[in-house]
Amino acid sequence: MLTRLLSNDLPRSRPLAILLLVLLLGLAFAPFLFPGVKALNVAAKVLIFIVLVASFDLLLGYTGIVSFAHTMFFGIGAYGIAIATTRMGPTWTALGVGLGSALVLSFVLALLIGLFSLRVRAIFFAMITLAVASAFLTLASQLSEFTGGEDGLTFKVPEFLSPSYEFMDEEFLGVMLDGRLATYYLLFVLALALLLTLLRIVNSPFGRVLQAIRENEFRAEAIGYRVVVYRTVSSILSALFACVAGAMLALWLRYNGPDTSLSFEIMIDVLLIVVIGGMGTMYGAAIGATLFMIAQSYLQDLLRLGSEATVALPWLSALLSPQRWLLWLGVLFVLSVYYFPTGVVGRLRLRSAQRQAGRGG
Amino acid sequence: MSEPLLALTGVHTHIGPYHILHGVDLVVPRGEVTLLLGRNGAGKSTTLRTIMGLWRASKGRLTFDGRDITTLTTPEIAECNIAYVPENMGIFADLTVRENMLLAARNAANEKQIDTQRLDWIFGLFPAVQKFWNHPAGKLSGGQKQMLAVARAIVEPRELLIVDEPSKGLAPSIINNMINAFAELKATGVSILLVEQNFNFAQKIGDTVAVMDNGVVVHSGSMQALTQDAALQRSLLGLAI
Amino acid sequence: MNNSDFDWKPVALVPLLALLVFPLIGSGSTWLTLTVAGLAMGLIIFVIASGLTLVFGLMDVLNFGHGLFIALGAFVATTVLGSMSDWTQSDELWRNLVAVLPAMLVAMLVAGAVGLAFERFIVKPVYGQHLKQILITMGGMIIGEELIKVVWGPQQIALPLPEAMRGVVLIGDAAIEKYRIMAVIVGLVVFGALVWTLNKTKIGLLIRAGVQDREMVESLGYRIRRLFIGVFVVGSALAGLGGVMWGLYQQSVTPQMGAQVNVLIFIVIIIGGLGSTAGALIGALLVGLMANYTGYLAPKVALFSNIALMAAILLWRPQGVYPVANR
Repeated sequence: MLTRLLSNDLPRSRPLAILLLVLLLGLAFAPFLFPGVKALNVAAKVLIFIVLVASFDLLLGYTGIVSFAHTMFFGIGAYGIAIATTRMGPTWTALGVGLGSALVLSFVLALLIGLFSLRVRAIFFAMITLAVASAFLTLASQLSEFTGGEDGLTFKVPEFLSPSYEFMDEEFLGVMLDGRLATYYLLFVLALALLLTLLRIVNSPFGRVLQAIRENEFRAEAIGYRVVVYRTVSSILSALFACVAGAMLALWLRYNGPDTSLSFEIMIDVLLIVVIGGMGTMYGAAIGATLFMIAQSYLQDLLRLGSEATVALPWLSALLSPQRWLLWLGVLFVLSVYYFPTGVVGRLRLRSAQRQAGRGG
Repeated sequence: MSEPLLALTGVHTHIGPYHILHGVDLVVPRGEVTLLLGRNGAGKSTTLRTIMGLWRASKGRLTFDGRDITTLTTPEIAECNIAYVPENMGIFADLTVRENMLLAARNAANEKQIDTQRLDWIFGLFPAVQKFWNHPAGKLSGGQKQMLAVARAIVEPRELLIVDEPSKGLAPSIINNMINAFAELKATGVSILLVEQNFNFAQKIGDTVAVMDNGVVVHSGSMQALTQDAALQRSLLGLAI
Repeated sequence: MNNSDFDWKPVALVPLLALLVFPLIGSGSTWLTLTVAGLAMGLIIFVIASGLTLVFGLMDVLNFGHGLFIALGAFVATTVLGSMSDWTQSDELWRNLVAVLPAMLVAMLVAGAVGLAFERFIVKPVYGQHLKQILITMGGMIIGEELIKVVWGPQQIALPLPEAMRGVVLIGDAAIEKYRIMAVIVGLVVFGALVWTLNKTKIGLLIRAGVQDREMVESLGYRIRRLFIGVFVVGSALAGLGGVMWGLYQQSVTPQMGAQVNVLIFIVIIIGGLGSTAGALIGALLVGLMANYTGYLAPKVALFSNIALMAAILLWRPQGVYPVANR
């Protein structure tokens, strides 16, 4: 039954399976295991990024398309929720309308972008999506009456999900049962469901054709698959999932602005996670997102320590400054692409496969 | 017999997962025209590309003029004074005929530094090259491009000239031009290695012949011997002249 | 470029755009000011983009980190010009030039040197693998940007124009900024130098041939790797020069300027056709003009207008206005 749930795409490596199980349990019980606001924030971000990165992996790892417009769909989802609840009030209807219109917009944009890939080559496509994403970011900052401009929109969520709403007066296992908890578990269920859905998609016949196209587009076309159609569908699906991830983000933060969901830094984060976790594996998104979020939140403290310790050498201290977080990220990113192209998941699977081969083969 | 100019010993070539050459033994004698024959897909072009270092031999050895060239890069191999004309002729269509020739003249920094005597000789062999000197090479007809390709290869003296299917798609009158050109080249001491599908053409100019099938050389010997043996021709090439 | 059947249509696009916009703007003097501004910006962008398109055309390498050299050049200029304030504050043009020209030179040298390292450590290991190239060069740019922040600090730094380069020249009613005229001159000089090198020298011949058929150039005995390194370094140096000019145009520099200008550069070389210098010029001029015209007519849609331009051109010619033969 577990096999069916995972769409026959098992971890194929005991260490990986254990890691995933630990991750699942950790996230499921995070509010109880890791008390404190910061920890819960990290856990929520992990959930959101798992969906965001997994949807990107569908496009990059399985279909072989590099698109920098992914954060645009993330932003559309977030703004959908933000704008709807700002204008229609914090009701479930508003959430529905917001998410619904965001999904429709994502669909249309992804369709246009996908169809455009008919006429241009992969490199062109990557550059075009970069341009489009930049333009969208500028647009979001400029349409202030609609999007709140640079300052963004702060809004309330339906009562059930809002932090002030309490289910019970006393704490349960040390944690207050309030709307925040409810929101967290909503995110958890969504993330789990969406990841499993993505697994199903990539392991379906459709998914296999995508991989065939990634490997050898010419041959796939020659066999009879209309490559453009498959690519377009893949980019639409990827966009829709990213859109939902954006909605999840907005729900959690109860705020959205251009930098929160549309910034280039987020695109880099997604790229880094998918590369480190392992492209074309889906599980890589989960492992990668966890490693990344933990590192991002706690490594900056480590950097600060390092920076203070090396005050005597100003240039070293400046290099280790916690604001230079992105520098080390970049170095890690470049090293990963070179030495670690299959990512954590790929490495673990390779090791297990080698062990299997050595054992009995 | 003097030492061969070019020798391949047990050369294997893989292209990705495909194993194309399965141990090629080939000898190109000095001062002769060697023909490499065989069906489509026998590995002839692959052999030439391996010689030029465009594909690296996975096993075996290649020596040129006594020097081991197995692991040299393509420019280094070309610098050994080997000229190569690929199957698609390698003409730079957007450049003029003049620019194509200048490019091939490694020792000339500009047009004036090309040996005019040699150029006149080339114009005699291939009049079209002179006629279209300032025209874009892409405007030439197929046969003229072929002539330009060979002209380019000999704009400076080379020791070995390798040409992949010089007669492909050429009208009979131009083929005669080509035959004359190779004969004159041979007279200047250049060794020539040709890949050909056209046996008629091959036997008019060839001294030595090697026949390939399935990635190996299945027969080598003199062209004269092969020409006189119809049965051998049939078994190797599927036809007899 | 062939003489007999040179494709004039794309070149005609530039005056066409300028003429189409005229009725929308109305006033002749405003139109002139905007057009000169657009040409100046376009030529600066061309200086930056020319290196990138040649690198791609020659070696099939797409450097998503090209923006780094822009920012680097600009920041180096702030340091050089900052230390020569008595020269820049003088209102004699020749004194200003004594400051600006070395700033440009140093910027080009630094950008070129960093370009050499970038090629060796970031680009070379991923020849032929487009996906990895995109990822790694992007990573390289991030690292570079952060290092710029370490050296110069993360904030915006002002890069004021030297005294004699400020102000306007009046042509009838039109006020045309002096600096923009200078930018046009510098841009044309760079274009002229590039065209001369490509068409009249053997190295230029090698580059043009290499763009069409790399393998054949190697088979003719040329070590194309050295050529490539050279083109990459020159391209980076030109980006550095462009960065100085851009910084002076905006009168300020920020560490993110590389990433921002990157987008414009990509639009330009897509319009122009990857690998084509002439195409890069046309694309750059169109983008520069478009940015200035829409900046005046409808500022909110400025960036979108360039994307719309790009889309329109691609619908007409999917490979760009001057596609390069063999790819």
